[in-house]
Amino acid sequence: MTIVTEPASDAALVARCRAGEDEAWRELVERFSRYVYAIAVQAFRLPEHDAEDVFQEVFARTYERLESLRDDAAIRPWLGQLTRRLCIDCLRGEAREEPVEEPEPPNAEQIVERLDEALDVHHALDRLSGDCREVLDRFFARDESYRTIGDALDIPPGTIASRISRCLEKLKAELVGRTEPVHASGKR
Amino acid sequence: MTYDAEQIAELLRALPPAPRGWVEAAQELPSARRGLDQIVARAEADAEFRARLVADLEHALEAEGYEPDAALLEALRRRIDG
Repeated sequence: MTIVTEPASDAALVARCRAGEDEAWRELVERFSRYVYAIAVQAFRLPEHDAEDVFQEVFARTYERLESLRDDAAIRPWLGQLTRRLCIDCLRGEAREEPVEEPEPPNAEQIVERLDEALDVHHALDRLSGDCREVLDRFFARDESYRTIGDALDIPPGTIASRISRCLEKLKAELVGRTEPVHASGKR
Repeated sequence: MTYDAEQIAELLRALPPAPRGWVEAAQELPSARRGLDQIVARAEADAEFRARLVADLEHALEAEGYEPDAALLEALRRRIDG
């Protein structure tokens, strides 16, 4: 029997970070790193070096301001807003050198909304058993081949397609009935 | 909201991992900040050390056995100048 440990809530994780638990901070960065990265490179189309600066600044400010966060459960929309603000600052900085009318890409808002949805799905993935988590993340998010996945997880490549299909069904079931969190866009 | 398998797959694809080095650097923040606090506390207590930092931050840190990476230098400049 596979025992799946429910991940800590965002609020619990923030409280542990504030109490000085380095391990909780590592987990918080791991939990939101893809989201922050995706906002910078997909929604705001920052080049890698600017995206890296924004990424590090987001987590540095988050660490500094944990004490003053008004609602621990709202860390996700707070991080989303901070990332967007820093991306806009970065684009405005570049616009000073080469003026443009509006530095923010026109569809940034819609892309962030989609990334919010994607984060819900990834958080649901965290609630599945380790083997499902690994196989779905490697195939879809990391774009690994059946062969690479088979080698990494020591499973026959011929069984991977059926595992993916089975795990997608489990993920779909996990997503049904879950309360939807508040997103950076403020939407539910 | 309900999704079909194809929509779930698309949403999984939408969040690839951030570069590992970026994630690790952000995860090391607490220990980096503790190192920074130590240096600042020493600079406040030791005028000669502070003068060496102000004169040539990078070399002063190297001489004391610290690894003067860009983030540490930037953070220290802010703290010492501030």
